Amino acid sequence: MNKKIIPLTGDQAVAEAMRQIEPDVVAAYPITPQTEIVMTFSQFVADGRVKTEMIPVESEHSAMSACVGSAAAGARTMTATSANGLALMWEIVYIAASMRLPIVMPVVNRALSGPINIHCDHSDTMGARDSGWIQIYAESGREAYEHAILAVRIAEHSGINLPVMVCQDGFITSHSVEGVELFDDAAVKKFIGEYKPNMTTLLDVDNPVTYGPIDLQDFYFEHKRQQTEAMKNAIDIIPGIMNEFNKAFSRDLKIVEEYMMDDAEASIVVFSSTAGTAKFVVDSLRAKGVKAGLVRPCLFRPFPKEYIIKALSKVKIAAVLDRADSFSGCGGPVFSEIRSAMYEAKQKPELINYIFGLGGRDIFPNDIEAVYKDMSGILKTGKISNRVNYIGVRE
Amino acid sequence: MANIKELSKLPERLGPGHRLCSGCGASIVARQVLLGAGNSALVAGCATGCFEVATTIYPYTAWKVPFIHNAFENAAATMSGVETAYRSLKKQGKIKKDIKFVTFGGDGGTYDIGLQSLSGALERGHNFVYVCYDNGAYMNTGIQRSGATPTGASTTTAPAGKVSSGKPQLRKDLTAIVAAHRIPYVAQCSISNWNDLVTKSQKAFDAKGPAFLNVMALCHRGWRFPQENGVAIAKTAVDTCFWPLYEIENGKKYKINYTPKEKKPITEWLKLQGRFKHLFKPGNEEILKSIQQDVDDEWEYLLKRSAL
Repeated sequence: MNKKIIPLTGDQAVAEAMRQIEPDVVAAYPITPQTEIVMTFSQFVADGRVKTEMIPVESEHSAMSACVGSAAAGARTMTATSANGLALMWEIVYIAASMRLPIVMPVVNRALSGPINIHCDHSDTMGARDSGWIQIYAESGREAYEHAILAVRIAEHSGINLPVMVCQDGFITSHSVEGVELFDDAAVKKFIGEYKPNMTTLLDVDNPVTYGPIDLQDFYFEHKRQQTEAMKNAIDIIPGIMNEFNKAFSRDLKIVEEYMMDDAEASIVVFSSTAGTAKFVVDSLRAKGVKAGLVRPCLFRPFPKEYIIKALSKVKIAAVLDRADSFSGCGGPVFSEIRSAMYEAKQKPELINYIFGLGGRDIFPNDIEAVYKDMSGILKTGKISNRVNYIGVRE
Repeated sequence: MANIKELSKLPERLGPGHRLCSGCGASIVARQVLLGAGNSALVAGCATGCFEVATTIYPYTAWKVPFIHNAFENAAATMSGVETAYRSLKKQGKIKKDIKFVTFGGDGGTYDIGLQSLSGALERGHNFVYVCYDNGAYMNTGIQRSGATPTGASTTTAPAGKVSSGKPQLRKDLTAIVAAHRIPYVAQCSISNWNDLVTKSQKAFDAKGPAFLNVMALCHRGWRFPQENGVAIAKTAVDTCFWPLYEIENGKKYKINYTPKEKKPITEWLKLQGRFKHLFKPGNEEILKSIQQDVDDEWEYLLKRSAL
């Protein structure tokens, strides 16, 4: 395969993935920092480079509504959003999942109002974690590109049939330029294959079906249970699709990336772009002889419990870095889930939580170094003064 | 003009087996509108409301055509997606058939919460028919006022009381709002004038682009009248000019389809319904006068528009 590495922002990279996927329908509304995806893709449509029918809707609510209509009609369907756009879609995000429609949606993570803020944190997609969508988080623009392609196969797998959010960090990766290796168009087309819906669609007028009926006490529960079952299937099916992807494109995507974890004593768990900064810190600590490690989950829904248990059972202590708060008083959303998962692990590390980077607040290598320092202090003294901590906030 | 002999040979696309109230206006609207599609392949949809709830109780469905319900406020956006999917797949040669698209919404889902979704879809020019079955309140959830509720009607969120005479505001002129989008075809219709309604549905389905039908769909639960009187009450709405029958092509060309030989006073229509009962008590004469004035003004305005 020809290697074609070109400078792209994370948004442009995702738009390139959409060009190669060439969905039948894209319905989207622009919102910072996702806008560049919609603009770039609109140009592909305007230049006739894709066969896609674009619906330039009047709101994100209508974007997701149109996607539901389109996907139920049997078209390969995509949209993209951020923050308040996702919040405006909220109601229909749940409906899309309940109808088991394989919609793929890049989400450029941004802080959810209020107060209004346009910069990165994960409050938007963390809030949507129980909507029934699969969620994948990318460290880089390049990875967001790869995840978008991978997501099509995951969403459309007959054992899954669930919509997928492909998340990347607003501005940090969406607007930074990096060298992205674009795969061959034909190779992408071959990998995703032609879309053949796993259900009877609305346009099959000879076999009429009713989508979105009222589902009362006698069936609603069973349908929700089936959604859970689809998520359970997904955690078993995704590794196979990922392996196929890695083989087809010579990549090394993982459900949970373990970095320097073989002999690590203290580990940070963090999603998305911050993992890049943390790896840099791990390298410098390792040079000083500190046994630091890093765990980066790419998947949050379904929650990769077994992978997390396997990774964290190796360390004595781990710090979960959350780029969203949950206002539970017990830490951020990722921390809560990881702590819950580790309860059934035989080897339980000490777990602490750090909330960071809300509203785009920068996180620096020395902030992350301080977390490792805190952990080594706890290992020495056995004392934890704060289970939940905040990085870089004026208190 | 629709021919009743020919219409009788057309397939039933809805029911039997739905669970709407007997005498419900919505099902009459739907059956007459669906007749307008003739034998064409059809996909239908609707907003959340009585009509959806009573026709699709899982695991049953009264729909004999592919049907989609998404949420309350997005019937138009949802059908935009279905119609666009069709255009995309047709262009690619993956679908050969010609298919028509129709979606229904009540006045709540159309005048109020769904107005943005409708407006967006009309502006984008999707080739579908949107039917508003206007029963003038949120009937499904217990007769709350909507933007379509007429002045003076008593509803559960604008009740008549010691210091209130029901809804104080004017109803929204949705037909005019839709016409302002300059879409190919807009019409106001009533189930009492079945031929007019079916003929307009045929025109709507034949339009190249969006078409909109605003149909009076009475609700005996909410309007408080005996269930068998529905069509007669709808007829009175037309004969008092409370609900004129007219059509608008491309947002400009207005045409009145029915002019009553003798325009009845609005009280003839109001007195048939329990929701206006309080207006006939002493002290409310001014309200009745202002309702009449408003109906007269609107009718005059419509006459002027259609004469242009």
